[in-house]
Amino acid sequence: MKIMVAVKRVIDYAVKIRVKPDKTGVETSNVKMSMNPFCEIALEEALRIKEAGLASEVIAVSMGPTQCVDTLRTGLAMGADRAIHVDAPATLYPLSVAKILKALVDIEKPGLLILGKQAIDDDCNQTGQMVAGLLKWPQGTFASKVVLDKEKQVATVDREVDGGLETLCLDLPAVITTDLRLNQPRYATLPNIMKAKSKVIKKVTPDELNVEIKSDLELVQVTEPPKRKAGVIVSSVDELIDKLKNDAHVF
Amino acid sequence: MYQQAFSTNVKPHFENQKNVELCCHPLRDYIGNLQVFVARNVGQTYKIHYRSFSSAAKLIQRNPSFSTLNADDVKHFKEILGEKNVIEDEDTLSTANVDWMRKYKGSSKLLLQPRSTEEVSQILKYCNSRRLAVVPQGGNTGLVGGSVPVFDEVIVNLGSMNSIISFDEVSGILVCEAGCILENLDSFLANKGFIMPLDLGAKGSCQIGGNVSTNAGGLRFVRYGSLHGNILGLEAVLANGTVLDMLGTLRKDNTGYDLKQLFIGSEGSLGIVTKVSILTPPKLSSINLAFLACKDYFSCQKLLLEAKRKLGEVLSAFEFLDNQSMDMVLTHLEGVRNPLPPSMYNFYVLIETTGSDESYDKEKLEAFLLRSMEGGLISDGVVAQDINQASSFWRIREGITEALMKAGAVYKYDLSLPVEKMYKLVEEMRLRLGPSAKVMGYGHLGDANLHLNISTSQYDDTVLAQIEPFVYEWTSGHRGSISAEHGLGLMKANEIHYSKSSETVQLMASIKKLFDSNGILNPYKSAEFIIFPEISHFLFNYIECEGNQDSIAELGQTNNGKYAEEVIWMENFYLSYQLRSWVLIVITSHSCKEVSGIVS
Ligand SMILES: Cc1cc2nc3c(=O)[nH]c(=O)nc-3n(C[C@H](O)[C@H](O)[C@H](O)COP(=O)(O)OP(=O)(O)OC[C@H]3O[C@@H](n4cnc5c(N)ncnc54)[C@H](O)[C@@H]3O)c2cc1C
Repeated sequence: MKIMVAVKRVIDYAVKIRVKPDKTGVETSNVKMSMNPFCEIALEEALRIKEAGLASEVIAVSMGPTQCVDTLRTGLAMGADRAIHVDAPATLYPLSVAKILKALVDIEKPGLLILGKQAIDDDCNQTGQMVAGLLKWPQGTFASKVVLDKEKQVATVDREVDGGLETLCLDLPAVITTDLRLNQPRYATLPNIMKAKSKVIKKVTPDELNVEIKSDLELVQVTEPPKRKAGVIVSSVDELIDKLKNDAHVF
Repeated sequence: MYQQAFSTNVKPHFENQKNVELCCHPLRDYIGNLQVFVARNVGQTYKIHYRSFSSAAKLIQRNPSFSTLNADDVKHFKEILGEKNVIEDEDTLSTANVDWMRKYKGSSKLLLQPRSTEEVSQILKYCNSRRLAVVPQGGNTGLVGGSVPVFDEVIVNLGSMNSIISFDEVSGILVCEAGCILENLDSFLANKGFIMPLDLGAKGSCQIGGNVSTNAGGLRFVRYGSLHGNILGLEAVLANGTVLDMLGTLRKDNTGYDLKQLFIGSEGSLGIVTKVSILTPPKLSSINLAFLACKDYFSCQKLLLEAKRKLGEVLSAFEFLDNQSMDMVLTHLEGVRNPLPPSMYNFYVLIETTGSDESYDKEKLEAFLLRSMEGGLISDGVVAQDINQASSFWRIREGITEALMKAGAVYKYDLSLPVEKMYKLVEEMRLRLGPSAKVMGYGHLGDANLHLNISTSQYDDTVLAQIEPFVYEWTSGHRGSISAEHGLGLMKANEIHYSKSSETVQLMASIKKLFDSNGILNPYKSAEFIIFPEISHFLFNYIECEGNQDSIAELGQTNNGKYAEEVIWMENFYLSYQLRSWVLIVITSHSCKEVSGIVS
């Protein structure tokens, strides 16, 4: 069984985001880009499944401009066997991504497609669900635990839901999206970085996959959230109650 | 090596019994306390015991020439600063009285928080006229007991002076007040595309004024060099209240003596730094970090050499830690994981590169690492793929200090040594102390700066006696520095002679006197003690080399005609900077006597 993992190149989690002065988006030039942390978790899970002998190959896929190759190199250095780069414009919305993934799944025929539950740049949390719909595969989103049964071809997934945990059994092939607590991703070791140098990154275009990139969304303006007002230190309980009553209108 | 340590100018006084007796001795009680030590030191004939940090506070006496704070003083300070900035509150004071390591504790009754240079000037002017001793305090993260009072010194904390005055986006020159916290300055600069030329574990609390006053080194030193180069100007207030405006923003200025350099690293003993002008480098976008394992110290050393050659233009940090340090961090810090499980290696190295081209830099670093691995210099390693991973690698290196604090008592030494000898000291110390203590070596290998740390469950004078003066003698013997970046403070005030010649130390004493004639600034530390070891060496030599039994008698140690054999221990004490007087305590099996004199 093959596992396909989608990895997205995003502004590094630790970078402070700045909105461009012309409000057309956020500043990305000269900004550190890294793999989306949820995608790292997805890749780690795929690697663990492979290491447990339940899969034969892990394929990492990324879509976007040329620099996505760096993100794929990271994936290969973590242990993915090969990679596919879909050369596409910088802004792709979830539906386009889902369509591209579907096209790739049709070619590669993986038994499992693992994605992050969301990308930390736009926080859409839609791609996994959409691609499952397009593929008509069962989906286990927000996974915090995944157990595979090779014989029965079933994946048991613990999902983090509002009320606690929900356990689902999915028939394979299936789509899984990962939550934060699923695992702790490994580091890229020097021997693996060395091995990654000889691994293949295949480049395809949406055209070649017969996917038309278009979007019905129009971006009007990007602005920063309003700044939080500075707090005040009150000197007594009476003052606090007074403020809650008259300024905050709590009661 | 101390044979000529003291010139003859002391000798006449010394031999002059009259002069000795003229000197006042506010030390009567002190002698009593010393008896306790006698028993322990029996057999160490002639051995001069250097005061050491754990017992420092016990042994130093308050300088009686300083006044004691009274209600009028407090009233006066309130007039200068306003009620709010004159703090007598117990809780706040108890924090300000204790250092970051919780090793040194003063008993100051007053904390002042000036908001302007003018206020600092008025405070010092008043303190000087009243002879109130003062301890300048920044973020109180210093590691040598320099930032807290020893007795009742007034604490002047610069924390309220935290404004950024100007920033020139072309030259990268930042001018700010001394109380600005390092991390805040770094964030301010990040928005402008620049960084501070220094970075250290204490960045969230330490202030730029404190950094300047300790000439802090830190993690970017290997790339951006010392504050002596990056500080372009300073404003400082002298003990008498004079404001020295040296706040230039020029990279080149060869007009007369460069006096600001004296304030860089003088640990608050010459003046209070109030404003700083600092050259900041542009923030480069591509930072890469590798965490590596090496099988032995020799490999670390070779790796450094290779890294300097092959990564020279992008190398921005080269740090190392040994197995014991790693173990300390993994055991005591939550959420830290071993990047190279499951094995433990003998040494770990962090190599950071900073450049302007992400893929070029990364490729260069990776190629270098792979070659070094093939060559056997590196046993294993990981390369951070994002900032989060980089932070977790740095957390290991930067967390050692914190982990040691949690583990119990720690004896910290910050030494400059030739790289090839550096780790030998750690090994010798390990042999010396045996299993009773954990001996760790880590530090800024790229700058030949070793942090030797010894961890025990609790402070113990016998352990200390095993460490000191051995560690200082060893360092001095290899022409190292006994304080690479932390300064002298209270901990090492007495030990300056291990790294500086007596002529140099004497000149320092003259400078101190010129800048602060009453000695009110940060007394009992750094420059304050500098005469004292020379006297002891002189006496030591005097007795050992020249001193016959008669001259021992002249020391005041007379005991029914029995002399030299019976001197079992001497304790020396420097009484007052201003009086330039000294006291020596000679202990024999029968008596305990003090001798004193005045240094001309
Ligand atoms: C976790 C940790 C890591 C550290 N790492 C490093 C490191 O890598 N490299 C390094 O060099 N040091 C390091 N240090 C020690 C370092 O000396 C201090 O962190 C820092 O430079 C001191 O700044 P501060 O504002 O806390 O000064 P304080 O501790 O408050 O004072 C230090 C000394 O400077 C004097 N002083 C402070 N402010 C002024 C002023 N405005 N004018 C005159 N005198 C003043 C004080 O009297 C005192 O003698 C570390 C400390 C910690 C706790």
